[in-house]
Amino acid sequence: MHDVSTAHDEGKAVYFWVWGGLLFLTAVEVALAYKQVLQPVQMLEVLLVLSVIKAALITLYFMHLKSEIRAMRWLLTISVMGCFALMWIFFFPDANRIIHLGVK
Amino acid sequence: MATVQHAVQDVYEPSLFGTYSKKIGMWLFLASDSLTLGALLFAYSYNRIANPAWPTPFHKESIANATVMTACLLSSSLTMVLAVLAANRHDKAWTRNWLLATMFFGAAFTVLHAMEWTKLMGEGMMPSSNPWAATVPQFGGTFFTLTGMHMLHVTIGVIYLGVIALRKKFLPILLGLWLVGWLITPANSVFHYGIHALLIGAIVSAIILFLKAKDYDSHDVEVSGLYWHFVDLVWMFIFPLVYLMSTKV
Repeated sequence: MHDVSTAHDEGKAVYFWVWGGLLFLTAVEVALAYKQVLQPVQMLEVLLVLSVIKAALITLYFMHLKSEIRAMRWLLTISVMGCFALMWIFFFPDANRIIHLGVK
Repeated sequence: MATVQHAVQDVYEPSLFGTYSKKIGMWLFLASDSLTLGALLFAYSYNRIANPAWPTPFHKESIANATVMTACLLSSSLTMVLAVLAANRHDKAWTRNWLLATMFFGAAFTVLHAMEWTKLMGEGMMPSSNPWAATVPQFGGTFFTLTGMHMLHVTIGVIYLGVIALRKKFLPILLGLWLVGWLITPANSVFHYGIHALLIGAIVSAIILFLKAKDYDSHDVEVSGLYWHFVDLVWMFIFPLVYLMSTKV
């Protein structure tokens, strides 16, 4: 006989804090877009960092990945992030190269 | 912590990932779906960086609209997680209420998104052509493919939650929404045809509900929640990369 966990330890308050944090990060992103002080590549980097933080909050707390066992947590994270890293390695240096070459 | 005791001893091996198979299946689906949407996001971002003349069609109103859409999705994630908590304590009434609230936010997101699309199309932006076609012909195609794919995911999510919350009672509501939507959208609008997604959703839901009628439990609510949060998560990348990177205020 074995047990399969179905419930999560966090209280309701944690979810409200995470929701508030996500709204705050969204407000920061919108403020950056309105100010327009960053160059497109820098802006992309900053927005991506903020988006990754938001995605981590959603995955860990709302999707309860934090409460899953270590094997599940690491297998999902490593496999998905590995694929994205491959896309990143192949695509973005080339996009940058095209900027420096100029579009004809 | 609540647990499910599997009574048949030594028949099933313990789960490798310490949880039930439906949830593992949904996580695997989401991992594969994240690569589909990730590839579209990478394609859009690649084009965005590689083209210094990339258009900036999103003005103050568009950004305000997209910010409200983001707030809708974030709030829907909160109501979804509250539905999962209610389901875990076997509170059926509040599970249904929170699921309906989630559906409301999801539907609001879709309507706002449809209004944004209609406005852009009115300005001449189409999947195959756009006002900046001379320098950036791929803008319309990449924008509509990416946001359209996400809109389809949200629509499927709302239908999925409707099935979990209301079961067979949801079918006439869905068919009614399809009929009203089809009648009120102008014949030349893309949504006059897009609304048929609701009809397809109703047919698929009916097949599932009649072939395997069941009372959905807390596991089903949690698994549907995983899908819903994933849809929210994807928007956390689309909003900044598509809208905020092409802003003109």
